[in-house]
Amino acid sequence: MTTSTAPADKPSYIASYPRFLARSLWQATEGSLGFYAWMTLLTALFLVGANAWANQVAGGMIGTHMTDQVSWGLYIANFTFMVGLAAGGVMMVIPAYLYHDRKMHDVVIIGELLAIAAIVMCLMFVVADLGRPDRFWHMMPGLGKFNFPISMLTWDVIVLNGYLLLNLHICGYLLYMRFLGREPNPVWYVPFVMLSIVWAISIHTVTAFLYCGLGGRPFWNTALLAPRFLASAFVSGPAFIIVTMVLMKKLTRVQGLDQPIATLTKIVRVTILINLLMVASELFTEFYTGGAHVSAAKYLFFGLHGKTGLVPWTWTAIGLNVTAACLFLWPGLLAPRLRWLLVSACVMAFVGTWIEKGMGLIIPGFIPSTLHQIVEYAPSLLEWKVTVGIWAFGLMVFTIAIKTALPTLRQADQD
Amino acid sequence: MTDTNHPSRPDLPTLPIIENFSRRAAIKGGFATLGAAAFVAAISPLRHAAQNTSAGEFMQNHYTELTPEQKADVIARLEEEAKEKYGAEVTIGDDRPIPGTKFVYAINLSVCNGNGKCVEACHKENNHDRATNQSYIRVIEMPKGTMDMEQGSTTYTGAVPKDDKFYLPVQCQQCDEPPCVDVCPVKATWKEDDGIVVVDYNWCIGCRYCEAACPYHARRFNWKQPEVPAEEVNPDQSYLSNRIRPVGVVEKCTYCLHRTRRGKLPACLEACPTGARVFGNILDPESNIRWLLENKRVYILKEELGTKPAFFYYFD
Ligand code: SF4
Ligand code: SF4
Repeated sequence: MTTSTAPADKPSYIASYPRFLARSLWQATEGSLGFYAWMTLLTALFLVGANAWANQVAGGMIGTHMTDQVSWGLYIANFTFMVGLAAGGVMMVIPAYLYHDRKMHDVVIIGELLAIAAIVMCLMFVVADLGRPDRFWHMMPGLGKFNFPISMLTWDVIVLNGYLLLNLHICGYLLYMRFLGREPNPVWYVPFVMLSIVWAISIHTVTAFLYCGLGGRPFWNTALLAPRFLASAFVSGPAFIIVTMVLMKKLTRVQGLDQPIATLTKIVRVTILINLLMVASELFTEFYTGGAHVSAAKYLFFGLHGKTGLVPWTWTAIGLNVTAACLFLWPGLLAPRLRWLLVSACVMAFVGTWIEKGMGLIIPGFIPSTLHQIVEYAPSLLEWKVTVGIWAFGLMVFTIAIKTALPTLRQADQD
Repeated sequence: MTDTNHPSRPDLPTLPIIENFSRRAAIKGGFATLGAAAFVAAISPLRHAAQNTSAGEFMQNHYTELTPEQKADVIARLEEEAKEKYGAEVTIGDDRPIPGTKFVYAINLSVCNGNGKCVEACHKENNHDRATNQSYIRVIEMPKGTMDMEQGSTTYTGAVPKDDKFYLPVQCQQCDEPPCVDVCPVKATWKEDDGIVVVDYNWCIGCRYCEAACPYHARRFNWKQPEVPAEEVNPDQSYLSNRIRPVGVVEKCTYCLHRTRRGKLPACLEACPTGARVFGNILDPESNIRWLLENKRVYILKEELGTKPAFFYYFD
């Protein structure tokens, strides 16, 4: 509506917006040889994934190792983790906007861009998991038949797409204003940022409700699931952003990243402990109580009736998480010459939560099955290919987004 | 690249950048085209899948929203497809619930001896995939002295019945509070007036949320296109039950609605040599099943979950 009232001396938005998009695209595809090599690698991996997915659609999902007993696998595991990663970006937004951390404010867009990339990956993982992706339109409100509000999956569709739109708006607006050389008007983005904080919590809560609302699956049927999801999201998100910022410090001319890195490290120091505490509390309840509820946990940690498929996964996750927690608790971790150690701690925490939420949470929900059969699951090559392809695509989106935002980040530092 | 292109024209400082721009633009465009071509090649297997889906199927509306004419068209198309893909002449009915009917099932666990004839009958009656030996029924061999399913085995072998065991057949319980229906994001599965929970195989998107939600492992997914030899196809079919399912969708026991809604008994009951199975309309005060539920001590599986099964078990 402001378009029509734009003063004549300023270019109208209709003319400038396409130029802004073109400019951004150009900007995002400029770079060093290393950048082109990185993008080529990601493209190649993405193509491998796209091909594997096409084969899956053509031949049926028999190409995966999922079964009627373990009916969700690597895709939904990754989906769950990605929702967390998307929500994790909010751990930059909160210090920046609620605590007015000036330094964080300058780079908060990194968290928002991560949210965009992660949600795109979420949606791709959901589509990869569908037996009939050609019927995707059945899920569109208005066109298809949307089982709202009873089905938690419809809630998830709404909150995930809403979060995507929110972050697209916030980032798009800030970048566009900077392109026009104007000061962003807080009215147009601060309310959305505040909303996005609540929304970030909601996406992961609703995703937890997908699982914990199922009475027939005792392993998931715990009130602690949503808080646990959030705690681990606030480990994986900041960990990813810390690594991104360490890389940006090396590869770009963006300054002023040290303080945000320190802030996020302090956040992970707390969240990683809360996460471990909740895992411990859950395990106590399971094992001390015993009974039928404990069989999935037994299978996960020690194996059941000689079947031990998930045991290596879960102990790896515990090892990584505990080591990362110890490192984060050590104050010396923030020393500038120990950046490699900080990065390793983040990678460990990241991989640890990835296993914990995927192979360590989604899969044991199905083992033993509701009729107490033990059918094991290990992802097939096809599933790995599709997964890698989606990750590559997500990293592509993230890289391009960061590149587009680089001038903004540099400028922020100048004033 | 070089800024000495116009040493004599310092008023044109931007020209080299523009030249640079167009060359880089050409390179980028080239790479983008290459990438797009590679992408098209990568997803080319989709063409095969697209050939198997007709435009009519793609656009088809939800079962409950089809007009009688549309329904007739859909059914004609499905019968045609069965001939094309399976070489079988089939008739697909559209059996609706009979007013005043609510079907329930009961099994006498004192009599069932685990022979598995019901499993087999279901396999044939419902046109299940031959290779995977699919069936809607699973029989659990349980040690006597416990009701804990965790002690049981669904993969028992050897002569039955064994002395220290009893046998617990499990199939869809046609729950009155079905969690599988609640979770479906697209209403592809619902409970009909006679209590049968059905799936529109042409509307299901294959998310398998219902499979995760069902506490009785009653749902099956079509991981691949089912294979049934032409001479083994059961030609008496119904849209919501035993017609051959498409790939990528979920299916389940329908109490053989293509039989029971036509006044016959479920195939598993007819196949049972021990007479352990009792089926009927609970709303009919004269029915066998009604007498049984009133006079036997019956129980239901996983009562604590509040799913309210329409499937009962009892001992003599
Ligand atoms: S037994 Fe399972 S599939 Fe059948 S109605 Fe109940 S929840 Fe649904
Ligand atoms: S698999 Fe089909 S029937 Fe089951 S929840 Fe998904 S769309 Fe509904």
